Amino acid sequence: MLRAARSAASFLVVIGALTVIWEVVKLLGGDPSEAWTPPFQWTVASDLNMPHVWDIAASFVEPAQRNGPPLGFVLVNAGIFTFREAFGGFVFGAILGLALAIVFVHSRLLERALVPYVVASQTVPIIAIAPVVVIWLRGGWLAVAVISAYLTFFPVTIAGLRGLRSPDPRALELMRSYASSSRDVLLKVRLPAAAPYLFAAFKVAATASVVGAIVGELPSGIRDGLGGAILNFNQFYVSGPPKLWAAIIVAAVVGIGFFALVRAAEVLFLRGRAAPSDA
Amino acid sequence: MTDTVVRVRGVDKVFGAGADKTPALQQIDLEIPSGAFVSLIGPSGCGKSTLLRLIGDLTQPTAGTIEVNGKTAHRARLDRDYGMVFQAPVLFDWRTVQGNVELPLEVSAKDRAARAERAKAMLALVELTGFERRYPWQLSGGMQQRVAIARALSFEPAILLMDEPFGALDEMTRERLNLELLRIWKQTGTTIVFVTHSIPEAVFLSTHVAVMSARPGRIIEVISVELPQPRNDLTREDERYFGFITRVRERLRGREVGRPGAAEVAAS
Amino acid sequence: MTKRFAYYFPAVAVFVGVLGLWELAVRVLGIQQFLLPPPSSIASAFVEHFDELMTVGRNTLVEAVGGLVIGGVAALVVAFAIARWATASRALLPFAIAANSVPIIAFAPIMNNWFGILNPLSKMMVVAILVFFPIMINTLRGLTLVDPASLELMRSYAASEIAIFAKVRVPNALPYIFTAFKVSATLSLIGAIVAEYFGGSRSVLGQFIITEAAFFRFANAWAAIVVASAVSIAFFLIIVAIERVAIPWHASARIADSS
Repeated sequence: MLRAARSAASFLVVIGALTVIWEVVKLLGGDPSEAWTPPFQWTVASDLNMPHVWDIAASFVEPAQRNGPPLGFVLVNAGIFTFREAFGGFVFGAILGLALAIVFVHSRLLERALVPYVVASQTVPIIAIAPVVVIWLRGGWLAVAVISAYLTFFPVTIAGLRGLRSPDPRALELMRSYASSSRDVLLKVRLPAAAPYLFAAFKVAATASVVGAIVGELPSGIRDGLGGAILNFNQFYVSGPPKLWAAIIVAAVVGIGFFALVRAAEVLFLRGRAAPSDA
Repeated sequence: MTDTVVRVRGVDKVFGAGADKTPALQQIDLEIPSGAFVSLIGPSGCGKSTLLRLIGDLTQPTAGTIEVNGKTAHRARLDRDYGMVFQAPVLFDWRTVQGNVELPLEVSAKDRAARAERAKAMLALVELTGFERRYPWQLSGGMQQRVAIARALSFEPAILLMDEPFGALDEMTRERLNLELLRIWKQTGTTIVFVTHSIPEAVFLSTHVAVMSARPGRIIEVISVELPQPRNDLTREDERYFGFITRVRERLRGREVGRPGAAEVAAS
Repeated sequence: MTKRFAYYFPAVAVFVGVLGLWELAVRVLGIQQFLLPPPSSIASAFVEHFDELMTVGRNTLVEAVGGLVIGGVAALVVAFAIARWATASRALLPFAIAANSVPIIAFAPIMNNWFGILNPLSKMMVVAILVFFPIMINTLRGLTLVDPASLELMRSYAASEIAIFAKVRVPNALPYIFTAFKVSATLSLIGAIVAEYFGGSRSVLGQFIITEAAFFRFANAWAAIVVASAVSIAFFLIIVAIERVAIPWHASARIADSS
């Protein structure tokens, strides 16, 4: 409990530090105002490219469009929308990844035949495949979830394979001496052994699923999610720079939030075990 | 008469603080003469490895003093007066065998030609000539330990500290390496402090065996092993060998009855 | 020789089999050619537009490599700097991991605005941020997760902190660094293509795919996708080759372990 509080505190400290650095950069090289002329002139630090932190904060409460609801409201809804797609993609990808790992563990032949393509699949730029998927599945939530799953299944497959193979060979021999079925070995030995590896992959997959969802929305013409919002605010950037930054912040929160959720699940699930690697 | 190379006086070692305090060693007095081969033996957790590391200044005593070569242990470490061999060889994967043996020489900044020559000589000493260009993972456990010994000797330390170096090896390799170690000891004249679990090994190798009690560790007795040198396979058949083994074993068992406090090693 | 053949055969068989089935299915079943063209038309599209594909491919590769270099160098510098202070690295590591969860791709429009939409640097910066965190995190791990026995050994030689860093931490970190770069190689190319989606020069892979798809010339689009994938794999293999040369002890050790 204390550790969580401490890491949350250090997290806030770093955020605070970043905010300070942001404003200091603007102070040194941003746009001049009536009160202050900065010593340098950096285009990157102009109000157009780097809106003031308070302007970004203020934009949350102002309407996104004329007579529309406040930006914060719009973005939160977009965030939830995208999260639902990402979550769907995460679940599909995790199930597919685990299923593949289980198949590969039991069949070296299939592993040798298919693993190269599993790996190669990640070299294909997802954004190029997205339009095809969208047309095929007639757009909407499912298409984006599938695109998101495409990015998620890979880390789960690889980690699952390593994890399912990780038990001490002597543990497997023990099970053989009990004349256990393959299913028993899978359920009682391999899967529990694989859990830490899988959770490490789930954390990576959580992030990937959000990226996949956002990227998937782009060619789909979906306007309700964060991808649509980012595209929109990018198109009309000049009329309101803080809005794009606000959208990015919300995207970041969704990404980090999902990661934290999976991390919490990991702590719960793996309670009592020796920690495998990092946070 | 013979120089005392290591002088441990009134040493205590306590780990942790407050409620978690664990006394590891209590009132250790030990004197090791130059050229001796001293084994530290005792039950698990008795602090023999801790004592070794105290001598090597890898940890500091809570009370008492340790003198090595007439200086503080800390000074001796900075002057590189001793070499260490652990139970695991701790070789670097990314260096060749020769590269590993040269490591301490690089740290003490010897020039390249001198380093290479010294490393090759040490490898010859442990009978691994021809393996200079190999990598550690290509060698067996026993060979890796020999490389570790070569490395420990490369800068001619006055003292060799060995923490169960043969513990991970099989019995036959162990016996062979025991003989090799004795040969190297005779050739270099180094003082050796050797931690072991094995009573026969302690008796076979040493001039003196320091028997320790269970935690908190004290030195019960230092037994002078009067078996003829050089020790060899015939020694293992000698009745006196078995006699000493029995003596050490009995001392280990009767540890409650053991005398704590000062134990000096008579000049042998 | 036969052992190697048997090892690679299943994968090759799948490749040939899938291609053959694909070709057959499209011709026989008359599946909408425009969505998933048969391999034969993709191949001919590849030949027909070879020059253009090479140009756009090269431009995108430049963005990817540039971004990898910028991000990689920055990540290495930061990791090396932080590794000296144990407390700082422990405090910053979770933050870096969290920062890695941010969809970096959302920064693409910002980079376009900062560096100019036509400037390849704007795409390179997206790639640089994308690869920065994985490389930094892995390098930091490699520098700090050292066998304590090795550290004690160096202390027994009274080695200075700098000596320990140079002789133990850095060699220890090399496998981690190479792993990170292998992952980042693939990431960099995909990042460049996705970044291109947010606008920019016309003669890049991402824009080529979008344009051809918009005009329903899917064979061309797929040819470009194949090029993207091939370049990615080639990039990965180049790093594997460099790894073999730079850290022969690690790669061969792995082969010895698995045999």
